[in-house]
Amino acid sequence: MDNKAEQAVIERQPSKPRPKPAVVLSEHIVEIVSDSGEGAQRCGQSFGAIAARSGNGIWTVEIIPAEIQPPHRSVAGASGNRVRFASGPVTNGGNEADLVVAFNEQVLLSRLHADEIKPGGIILMESKWRNDRNAGIAASYAQVVEEIRTRGFRVYEVPMEVECLKLVPDPRKGKNMFVLGMLCGIYSLDEGLARAQVARIFGKKDQKIIDANIELLDAGRSWAETNLDLRFTVPAKRATEAQVVMNGNTALALGVVASGMEVCAMYPITPATSTSHYLSNIFEKVGCVVHQAEDEIAACAFAIGASYAGKCAVTITSGPGLSLKQEALGLAVMAEIPLVVIDVQRGGPSTGLPTKVEQGDLMAAIFGGHGDAPKVVMAPSTIEDCFYSVITARKIAETFNMVVMLLSDASLATAQQPFPRPSFREDWLAPPVNQSPVPEDAKPYDWDPRTGIATRFIPGQPNGMHCLTGLAHDRDSHVAYDPEINEEGLLNRSRKLAALQTTLRLPPLCGGDSGEMLLIGWGSTLGAIEEAVGILRAQGIAASSLHLKFLQPMASGIGEVMKRFTHVMSIENNWNDPLSDPLITPENRRYSSLALLLRSRYLVDIDCWGNARGQPLKPTAIVAAVRSKLGKE
Amino acid sequence: MSENLSACMMRMVETDYALSDYQSDIAPRWCVGCGDTAILTAMQKLCRDEQLAPEKTVCVSGIGCSSRLPHYMNAYGFHGIHGRALPVAEGVKIRRPDLDVFVTTGDGDCTSIGAAHWIHAIRYNMNMTVLLHDNQIYGLTKKQASPTSPIGQKSNTTPFGSVLLPLNPLTVTLGVANVSFVAQAVDWIPDLLYDILKKAFHHRGLSFVRILQRCPEFMQHRFDDYVRDPSKMRILTHGNGLRLSPEVSRVYKNQETHDPLDMGRALAIAAIADEIPVGILYNDPSVPCYDDLRAGERPSTPALVETVLREEFDKVTIWPDDAEPVAAE
Ligand SMILES: Cc1ncc(C[n+]2csc(CCOP(=O)(O)OP(=O)(O)O)c2C)c(N)n1
Ligand code: SF4
Ligand SMILES: [Mg+2]
Repeated sequence: MDNKAEQAVIERQPSKPRPKPAVVLSEHIVEIVSDSGEGAQRCGQSFGAIAARSGNGIWTVEIIPAEIQPPHRSVAGASGNRVRFASGPVTNGGNEADLVVAFNEQVLLSRLHADEIKPGGIILMESKWRNDRNAGIAASYAQVVEEIRTRGFRVYEVPMEVECLKLVPDPRKGKNMFVLGMLCGIYSLDEGLARAQVARIFGKKDQKIIDANIELLDAGRSWAETNLDLRFTVPAKRATEAQVVMNGNTALALGVVASGMEVCAMYPITPATSTSHYLSNIFEKVGCVVHQAEDEIAACAFAIGASYAGKCAVTITSGPGLSLKQEALGLAVMAEIPLVVIDVQRGGPSTGLPTKVEQGDLMAAIFGGHGDAPKVVMAPSTIEDCFYSVITARKIAETFNMVVMLLSDASLATAQQPFPRPSFREDWLAPPVNQSPVPEDAKPYDWDPRTGIATRFIPGQPNGMHCLTGLAHDRDSHVAYDPEINEEGLLNRSRKLAALQTTLRLPPLCGGDSGEMLLIGWGSTLGAIEEAVGILRAQGIAASSLHLKFLQPMASGIGEVMKRFTHVMSIENNWNDPLSDPLITPENRRYSSLALLLRSRYLVDIDCWGNARGQPLKPTAIVAAVRSKLGKE
Repeated sequence: MSENLSACMMRMVETDYALSDYQSDIAPRWCVGCGDTAILTAMQKLCRDEQLAPEKTVCVSGIGCSSRLPHYMNAYGFHGIHGRALPVAEGVKIRRPDLDVFVTTGDGDCTSIGAAHWIHAIRYNMNMTVLLHDNQIYGLTKKQASPTSPIGQKSNTTPFGSVLLPLNPLTVTLGVANVSFVAQAVDWIPDLLYDILKKAFHHRGLSFVRILQRCPEFMQHRFDDYVRDPSKMRILTHGNGLRLSPEVSRVYKNQETHDPLDMGRALAIAAIADEIPVGILYNDPSVPCYDDLRAGERPSTPALVETVLREEFDKVTIWPDDAEPVAAE
């Protein structure tokens, strides 16, 4: 399929009321925003699902207000969804939106202020405010519409409420389905798939409700076809294998089930909680438990207790919770109890940006506790990766008796993306808890000098009685403060990371093997970085990227790769001091986390680019940063 | 029947654990005269009398002088971090109903840094026996006032005497929803300490035993009056509570018959200031236990995991030939 947007024009069948030629696009970004409670989120998710079922690649991003019931018609209250869909696979939320549906002008302003709408983009506005009885509201609406028209946006005023009132008494409840139909009409999405999606949403309700919503859907479509000169198609190709569509938190929850872990202890915190919500619905069916503890310290201690007496357990949290868990994590490291910690990162420090993305916890994950506490830190970079990473994390935790941290983030948490339907493998699961007698002369910390690994003794194993302790201890787990014994413990706990490191393979480079610029990233930024590399290469810049899955330990070979590039720059969704600030010098500059780690390990002058604006990084912004670094603005 | 009997005898012979089977190879390092020693002895006796398999017995503790106890037991011990013994023990128990779990915690460990966990542990009411070693001081860190220190207590952080009224672990515990077992013991009446621990052990749910524990190092003479004068001890007896031996009865004449289901009276007894009540204040075996409530209906098996994953994937699968009509579920 042709890659350039808006170029080919195809004829449509003359069966529709006013057949118009549809413009063929390779991709589009659509946003639906409303007050919270008006259903824009459901509308967006459904639109994404219909596109995915048609065979489009999709990536959806939730637009989340920070409060549960923010005031109506407020900039801060914008709630909804961004759907980026394309002919091929989509790996990130992309740049600015091409088309926005806004239920009022205030929520639209929030997207405009955030620079999330493409200049000249299409805006569909609920028009009822123009005649609002409140003169202030009417004036505000008229003024915004006037202003955006002047700024060159293509504005369409849509009488959503008026049209819905013809079908339902409460348009607030049906508008989103009308809009869904309208979008399906604009993008020539299949009517059958759209109706099936509505049936799926209201599947548990009675047929009358489904019928009423399908009526709204159809009304939206025919209104668009009759009244709008917008007609697009994003050609889709059905995958040849079954695909599943879900967001990152659901993938994490299913990963927990698939890993064979049996206990999840947590305390609610955005944006991690929906993982536990999903898990709570299904975990008991597989004979397992989600325990909502009294706080994160208890959740972590509970998971540690469960791991100690059985299979590896998991605790799920976000930044502030991770801080609270740190002391207990040190205990798990010291006593060598396997544990998986899932941290769905949000903006920090403190309560920070609870619903927004940031990769701010890398240092806390690696170095957060006191003393030398080696932990494994890894980060999934796609929705599919969220699923499989939990399985890997559990295996590593149990093989090495270590704490494994999994750093997801608010972007992966709510983004939806299709990936091949996993087929179950029994070796994903944890083996049964060992209850066989411990050999007579075995010690609880019989560290293997080659790997640092000691086989742990689990309560119930005869001959294995010992007192585990967070104090320095010898091979018998006896408290010991002798310098040699303390160093032996430190050495062996550290050795385990080195042993794991020898098994890691460096991920393949995206782009070329050598060149002008190497970008290094981790976690949720994968799609945006690789897209940027594609754009840069198309512009003739020899850029490549390396995306790390393991942050601690790091696979070997990174140093070699870096040598083949003139410049190396980390791309991260976290803070770094801008050199443009008059106070910042190369000497006092605080680098992004990964850049700092790589600089210290490889003694290479690695630059960093990124920001902590609470938004996913945009491919075009990365492109601009690279061009600026290379002096090619 | 005779077969059963001989099988039973066989088992007795095979697993006849002696007191020494519960003693680890580490000698206790508590100060001479420390009340923790009596508590350790009572625990070991209980294990022996109950013939608990050491590999099925787990002693969890936090940090403090008292929290060293698991090191001295030949069992699985978990000497964790300050204040967090209870959540660790809950995690141990949640999937392991076959393990007997004991928790040893100090007054600082339980009622200060671990106070949130204490309240919630009472509410979870999981099957475990909790021993609060209450010496009314921070021992390990060398004499700082604890929440249970008497008002006016001089310590390294309250050199002019502590200014707050102490927190009463008994009334606090009795006030928590789902409380199911509360008792008080003292280290200097070992017979009653043992009897109370035994009752606590047999209670289904969380049994909370506050043990007034002498710390000769930092709280010298704190309980001397009570040790010397048995009439200052009020012993709670009941058909469903303690039944005193003639020897104990002869020495401790200040007795009260107290029905452990009588919460009103339990609260009143807990608040007594001039005497030390000893016995079972509250015991309601009917309170549901979190570990029972959360026990899965079935054990986790690979087949179950596979089925549930399939069901979940089915909900979000796009099949290649997705003409698949959507059945309204
Ligand atoms: C997080 C943390 N804070 C403080 C300490 C220091 N600390 C160790 S034990 C203790 C108090 C012990 O008092 P208590 O719980 O009454 O036990 P006891 O020694 O009296 O038996 C303190 C404050 C610690 N180990 N960890
Ligand atoms: S300081 Fe007190 S509590 Fe600690 S061991 Fe000595 S006597 Fe016992
Ligand atoms: Mg104390």
